Amino acid sequence: MGWATERGETMTWNSAAEFFAMGGYAQYVWGSVGVSAIALAVELFLLRQRRQGALLQSKHELTLERKGLNESST
Amino acid sequence: MINWFKYSTPRTFYPLAGSVVPWFAVGAVLTAIAGLYVGFFMAPTDAQQGEGYRIIFVHVPVSWMSMFIYVVMAFWAAVGLAFNSRLSAMMASALAPTGAMFTFLSLWTGALWGKPMWGTWWVWDARLTSELILLFLYIAFMALQSAIDDPRRADKAGAVLALVGVVNIPIIYFSVQWWNTLHQGASVSLTRAPSMATIMLVGMLLMALAAWMYTVAVALMRVRCIILEREGHAEWVGQLNEVKR
Repeated sequence: MGWATERGETMTWNSAAEFFAMGGYAQYVWGSVGVSAIALAVELFLLRQRRQGALLQSKHELTLERKGLNESST
Repeated sequence: MINWFKYSTPRTFYPLAGSVVPWFAVGAVLTAIAGLYVGFFMAPTDAQQGEGYRIIFVHVPVSWMSMFIYVVMAFWAAVGLAFNSRLSAMMASALAPTGAMFTFLSLWTGALWGKPMWGTWWVWDARLTSELILLFLYIAFMALQSAIDDPRRADKAGAVLALVGVVNIPIIYFSVQWWNTLHQGASVSLTRAPSMATIMLVGMLLMALAAWMYTVAVALMRVRCIILEREGHAEWVGQLNEVKR
């Protein structure tokens, strides 16, 4: 990894280890990125659960309605 | 001319929202990848803050979104209050959890940035305190709505709270000008030349765009859940493929 930026400087990272070290700020930078990624994942998981719950509830109401219709027609 | 009122009922909006979500979801992923690449591989090391400044590529976009979502939420709450439209109130409710999440991330990434640069996780200054108040406003909005059983009354009460709280947004935004603070000034301004390298600005704007598209996708997915929860008894819900199955 070593290519030139627009200013003609070479890339910051010479190795993967250097990248993950973040110039000594690893815990702060990765703590920010990591917790943000976890927060998004948790929100998407909760949303998925909410959708499944809402669909289940709608299906339940639909079957109740069908039952109700059958009972009234007989 | 598009007839906007046609899409303002839950019945017509539900499928429309569903067809828009994938586009915003894919767009969010692609811009986030591009933004992270620019921010972490192309942007140069900062002269003063070394690599620690790279928190900016998360911190600024989530902070912008925390404020922007609140304004949009208050807007829909106001529309719901003024026109008594169900869908606008549902939209406001759908935005609150995502706004709260971005506000939490703003405070979290801010603390992780403040510790190495200022020497402290937290100070009770205007910018940080008003952002914390924003988090409390989101939580209060959600708590108030869930405490009221009747959805229509919950919408109204939440809308009043959201509208009162909107006064906090200019306070957050201008706090760095009005009061002495450790927090630096605005990163981007329309009235003066950008103070940062173009490549850093590009990375930040890409991440902001990703956060915006993520918010649109998630808010639309959540409003679809709210529609199902509230209109589950309606005949059109029973005719949906995902319900019939």
